[in-house]
Formats: sequence, structure tokens, C-alpha cells
Amino acid sequence: MKTLLEAKALRLNFGAIAALDDVSLDVTAGEVVAIVGESGSGKTTLLRVLAGQMAPDSGAVHYLGRDVLGMTEAERRRLMRSDWGFVHQNPRDGLRMGVSAGGNVGERLMALGARHYGNIRDEAKAWLQRVEIDAGRIDDLPRHFSGGMQQRLQIARTLVTRPKLVFMDEPTGGLDVSVQARLLDLIRALVRELGLSVLIVTHDIAAARLLADRILVMRRGQVVEQGLTDRVLDDPQHPYTQLLVSSVLAA
Amino acid sequence: MYVAVKGGEKAISAAHAWLDETRRGDTALPELSVAQIEQQMALAVDRVMAEGSCHDRFLAALAIKQAKGDLIEAAFLLRAYRTTLPRFGASLPLETSRMRLRRRISATYKDLPGGQVLGPTFDYTHRLLDFALAAEGREAPATPEAPADLAETPRVTEILAREGLMQREALNEADPGDLTREPLSFPAPRPVRLQNLARGDEGFLLALGYSTQRGYGNAHPFVGEIRVGHIGVEITPPELGFAIDIGDISITECQMVNQFKGSRTEPAQFTRGYGLVFGHGERRAMSMALVDRGLRARELGEEADAPAQQEEFVLYHSDNIEATGFVEHLKLPHYVDFQSELENLRTIRRTAAAEQREAAE
Amino acid sequence: MTEAGYNFAYLDEATKRMIRRAILKAVAIPGHQIPFGAREMPLPYGWGTGGIQVTASILGPTDVLKVIDQGADDTTNAVSIRRFFTRVAGIATTDATGEASIIQTRHRIPEKPLTENQILVYQVPQPEPLFRLEPHRAETRRLHALADYGLMHVRLYEDIARLGHIAKAYDYPVMVNERYLMSPSPIPAFDNPKMHQMAALQLFGAGREKRIYAVPPYTPVRSLDFEDHPFRPIRAPQACAICGSKTSYLDELVTDDAGGRAFICSDTDYCQERQAAPKAAAE
Repeated sequence: MKTLLEAKALRLNFGAIAALDDVSLDVTAGEVVAIVGESGSGKTTLLRVLAGQMAPDSGAVHYLGRDVLGMTEAERRRLMRSDWGFVHQNPRDGLRMGVSAGGNVGERLMALGARHYGNIRDEAKAWLQRVEIDAGRIDDLPRHFSGGMQQRLQIARTLVTRPKLVFMDEPTGGLDVSVQARLLDLIRALVRELGLSVLIVTHDIAAARLLADRILVMRRGQVVEQGLTDRVLDDPQHPYTQLLVSSVLAA
Repeated sequence: MYVAVKGGEKAISAAHAWLDETRRGDTALPELSVAQIEQQMALAVDRVMAEGSCHDRFLAALAIKQAKGDLIEAAFLLRAYRTTLPRFGASLPLETSRMRLRRRISATYKDLPGGQVLGPTFDYTHRLLDFALAAEGREAPATPEAPADLAETPRVTEILAREGLMQREALNEADPGDLTREPLSFPAPRPVRLQNLARGDEGFLLALGYSTQRGYGNAHPFVGEIRVGHIGVEITPPELGFAIDIGDISITECQMVNQFKGSRTEPAQFTRGYGLVFGHGERRAMSMALVDRGLRARELGEEADAPAQQEEFVLYHSDNIEATGFVEHLKLPHYVDFQSELENLRTIRRTAAAEQREAAE
Repeated sequence: MTEAGYNFAYLDEATKRMIRRAILKAVAIPGHQIPFGAREMPLPYGWGTGGIQVTASILGPTDVLKVIDQGADDTTNAVSIRRFFTRVAGIATTDATGEASIIQTRHRIPEKPLTENQILVYQVPQPEPLFRLEPHRAETRRLHALADYGLMHVRLYEDIARLGHIAKAYDYPVMVNERYLMSPSPIPAFDNPKMHQMAALQLFGAGREKRIYAVPPYTPVRSLDFEDHPFRPIRAPQACAICGSKTSYLDELVTDDAGGRAFICSDTDYCQERQAAPKAAAE
């Protein structure tokens, strides 16, 4: 199986604090990798470094052999529009709030050259349905949507051009428990259907269990344990992992 | 049949003739002389020199007369004239510590070397309209005189710097950019920002400076020092190879001392806001210093959310000659574009009406 | 006779050289905005200083200059600008489109097709086509560099979704040489097709915003649209009340208080030529 993303020996300090302490990981095509940990564990920092949004003090990141950290801003933006997708924790960061749902979904299609209004609109409607938003709301503004709907719209907007690798930063954060469950089911279905590779950051162990093939546990900038999700969660080796797992309430 | 009306040329000529008439006003009254304006409306002259970016009292006074007292129009006249002047070179940096001071105050110290010199100021006057001024020929009251203290007056910020409490500005030998020759690009270096502010609209700078005091920006300023006076300008002609004094200009300098800024790597220090303008312009120099400090927010590691901290917003809208040109250009005919809008609107409404009819059927 | 004490066409030679360099860069990269050190001119910013600086930099003593505003030679600002050049350059001026070597215009392209021997100088208030969608210049520079025009396409999509039509009636965005998104200046959308493969050189000057751009002769210029909502130039459907033209862009005049309207050609020279033509044919 092809390695999509490879990170080696990442280090990043904020003053005296080690946000990333010798972190390495890789993502192969078609797999979902979850990075879990408490707030302050460094997981969001790791995601940003992997997506080229932040520079580490040392270490390397490669995507399909290309040096991500050495890319120009232009190259990185091009990658983010084509091969990559990024789902933000707060949907407002990933949507144009003043643009209709249809416009939000259609934008990436238009950026890649789509020129038929009717086709763009049909595809936008199809995607809205896929993420369980009533197609009749295609002309509504996202600011009139619930938080859960906004997040689903963000997912549609991100996936419409079939990116190879999707970064997700706490996609269910800030949502009601029942809404979270629905969103996770949706993400799982889309990942299977489209064969996406996903790197998801979450503090929610249950979400990781539902979605991820492999899991990395972070604590204070270090990866303390990693492996197949079921193995790590059913038979945690590191004391911290054991603590995390045992603190999750039984479903 | 409609006959197109021509006559734009004639209309313009007549309009300009009428303008000349209103400029002169009642011919029974004596004509205002340029010398009178230069002497008796000195602060208007100072403002026009500052915004016109040209230190010449006669030209500024003439511009004010031609502009019928509209100071922005006068500054525009001066700027347009300045464009035609040949450029010989750049002066050496002004040594403001060597100013011949008329006025020097500091709010940060009660007393200091050189003392607090009030100078001719509106400060502490009571704003009561003086009807005695309406009668001409009144003699100015005799002001008591005393010999001037000619010792060089150290700058307040130097006092703080010696104690290590204030950042010294980094010495930069590179040529500063020239805002009057090159277009602005962002991020703008500090010398270019200061040039922009030095000739910016006084009202705009004042409002922005005021906003920083009211919470839009987080500066906590003190007036370290305000200096008003004259200073010699020196150039080094290439033929001579040494500096010569080519004359004096009047300037106002303001240094604001702002709250500490420190990080885990740098010690806490006071930070500076700087203002320098032609003529006697304290309001302008102080506002400039407040806005200068605001625009330094990002380089000092602060949040830069307030309007006075937004570089593009401040620097693009500070020039009142650009601003008035564009605002007033709306008076120009726009009927061709308006016609397009009309036709567009009519088309949209026709389409909507047709759709409604179809839907009804 | 030129105004004593001023260089030919007002600007000093060093400034003209700086502007010509900017023009050359602009011609080399069709549709791309080149920053230039615009000077304060004796006319206010927003009233044509960019166009004036471009014209002043390319003007020679044998040039014949035409200046129009809203399509007419006789509108006050066109008169003022033509007077300016007469004072500072002493060149010949004309109202006849066919006789001009340089045409400076505000808000219209002449109806009569231009030739390879002519230059059209547009006055531009706002050179950045994305400015209403993204006011920060630092960001729009990046978008142009990356040819990332998603914002504009989304705007057009939204118009159709909301109104059934694209709402831009003038300053309608165009793609130049299939690379740069450009503002054609506030000419009516009706005039956009004239820019495509025009034989004359087209220069654009924005004095206040300090940008110059250009469309070299015979360059493709395409108004943005969708395949199923193609660009359609709009004009008032009437015929000119004076010359009868059914194809030229018309001005609408209010003739009385009772809703009376007359429509006449915006391009005064074109209208006059048409009026003279049947007489010439009859002779």
C-alpha cells in the first residue's frame, strides 16, 4: 500500500514547552489515522505542522515524496485545493458564511474549471443530500444553519473535489452528543464510499474507535503509544493510554 | 426631435470666472495679502505645508488664498506644484536634539534638564470668544523677555534609554523608501509608514489616535516630550564632499512613551510612538505618534485588531487629497453606467414577471 | 503654444521614463496590474490622473488626441482634460475617432472600430477586480499570482441563484489571455466584446490606486460567464432619436415630467458621422 504522508522526528518548542517532541508517523492510502490526547497534548499542533500551516523547529514531512515544509506558499495552496482537504473544528473557519450553501459546495468545482451553472448546481444538490442536508436549502446562507448542519456543509465543501487526504481537526467538537453520533456515522460512510485517507485529531476516544484504523496517543508532545485501534484501545500498554481508556464511560 | 446640447467649454469658463469673483468677495474691502495669511493665519499655513508635503510658507499662504481658505484644496495645490520641482537630493537626517526650541514640554517628568518651556500655546487659554479682536489696530500686549538658555537640551527618551528602560531605535543605514516616488506595498516598512502619516489628514489621524485611547488598541501612552522650534537642514553636495547648511525649517516633534513590552527572551521596556511634522502642529504630531505605535502592534507581538492597528486600512485612507479626489469624483457624470444598471434591472424584472406568469399557468 | 516653464506634456522626462517602463511590463503581461509611482497632477485623484499620466508618457508632438467621457467629447471633464493637454503639449486635438492617434476615454469604448495605428487609454478608478470581495491588497496579489479566482466565480453563481441573471452591468470582469482576471474599468458590459482581439493597443491607468495594466493588440478578452448563462451585452432596445442607430449604446434622457423619454447615441462622434453619411450618399 502506498504511503501518502510521512513525518519524521518533528520537534517544536514554544519557549520552554515542548509542543512536539520527536514525533514520527505515516498515513497510507485508504486508511484513517486518529491522533488522540487531552488538550495541550500537542495533537492540534501536529496536525498544523503536517498540513504545512506551521513550521517545526526540526524534522521532515513528505507527501507522496514531496517535501511539504520546503514548499512555497503557492504550492501549498494548490495542494490544499486539489489533493488535500481540511475540515476545521469550527465550521465558520471552513465556510464562506455570506455565500449560499450551493455556492460553498460549488466553489472548489469552479476553481477547478467547472463552467456549467446547471451542472454545478446539480452536483451541489447531490452533495447536500449525501451529507443529509435538504437540497431545498441550497440557496440558504450557512448562518441560518444549525451547528451540525454547518459542519456537514463544510464536509461537503471539502469532499466535493475528491481529495486524496483529508485533515480533520476535532470535527465533532462543540456539537451535541446526538448530533456528534450522526456526524461520525456520516464521516465513516463517506470515508468507505470514497476511499479517503484521513488524519483526524480528536479528544474523543469513542470517535476514534468508530472511525480510525490506527490510533496515536499523544501526551505532552510525545507519541506514547500507537497501533491498530482495537489493539490499543482493548489492550493499552502505556499507563497514560490505560488512564484515557478507562476514563471513557461505557456506551 | 431632440437636439443635443453642446457648450461644456463655455460653461466651464463661466464657472471659473464666477469662482474668481467669489474669491475676491466684496471689492469695498481690502484684498487679503499673501503676507497677511502667512503671518496671521500661521497655523493654517503650517497645516498646508504638512499635508502638502512641502515646507514653503509663501507657497502655502498663496495656496490658501487661491483655495479661498479650503485647506485640503490648498494642500492639493501645493502637492501638485511640488510634483514639478526638480529634485536635487536628500538632506542629512535632522538632529532634533539641536533644535532651537520655542516650546518643550514633557508629561513624564515634573522637571528635567532644559526645563518645561511653554512657548506660545493655546494650552490653558480660556476658550472665550474675544470680541476685542474684531476691532483692528489693537496693540499686542508686551510679553516679558529673558535670555534664552542655549545649552543643548537632551531628549527625554534618551534619559530613559540610558537607564535601559526604553528601546533605542535600531540604527538603519539603508535608504528609506520614498512614498512620493514609489507606490505603497505591504507590509510597509516603518519609515514609509511614518512618511504616510506625516502628510496624512489631521482629522483622520486625530480620530484614529483618539480611538487608541478609548480601547481600540492598547497603548497606555505618556507624552515623553514635545518639541517645537527651528532646525537647520544640511545637504552634502557631491561637488563639495562635506555638509553645508541650506536653511532652517520649523518642525514639531512628539515622542510618546508607551507601556512595557517584554517577552521570555527580551526584558520589559517602554516602547515608542513617534511623530514629526512641518510647522507648529502638536495635534498632528501627537496623533501621528499614537497611530505609529498602533501600527507597530504586530512587530511588537501584540494583537492587531483595532482600526488604528490595521496597516492597509490606515495607510490607504490617510491621504486626504486622494480621498477628496475620489469622494468628489462621484459628482462626475456616471450616466452611462447608470443606464446599464437601469437596463439590467429592467431585464431582471421582466424575467421575474415572465416566470411568475408561467408559474401561474 | 505650451504653458511656459513646463516640460512637454507636463511630466518631467524621468517620470515619463518610469511610466513607460511600467507600460512595457504591462504589455508583456496582459491584464496584470503593474504598480507605478503615480505623481500628483493638477487634476484631482479620481478625475483621470492615471489616464492623464499614461497619455502624457506616450504623447508625441505629432499625435492627435481625442478625449471622451461617457462617450462624448463635450462633457465637462473631457473638455477639461483636452484643455490641459492643449496647454501643456500644444498637440492637435480632434473629435473624430478616425482621426485620432490616441484616444483617452472614461467609461466607454468608441463605437467605430479602432485600428493598429491607434492607442486607447482608459481612465480606471479601481484596478482590482476582486476589491469588493476582498479589500486587502496583500491578499488579492496572492490570488492573482495563483490564478485563484474562485471568489469571483462564486459571486457570479450567487447572482444567478438569487436573481436569475448576473448582476454586473458595468465594470464586468474579464479574463485576459486566459490568465489574468481584469477590471475593464467602468465601461458598460455592452462594450466588453469590443476589447476582444482589438487591433489597437489598450492601456489602463489608475492614478489614485497607482496601477497600470494593458491589453496588447489582438489579445483574447473573455467576459466571465457560465456555459448555460452566457454573457449577453445589454443596451436599451430603442433606436437613436437622432441618427436611428439600433446597435449603438444609448443614453436615456428625461424630456418632461410626464415620463417622456428620448434615447440618443452615447458616442457623439459616431452619431454625427451617421447623420452626415446619408447626406454624403445623396450627393
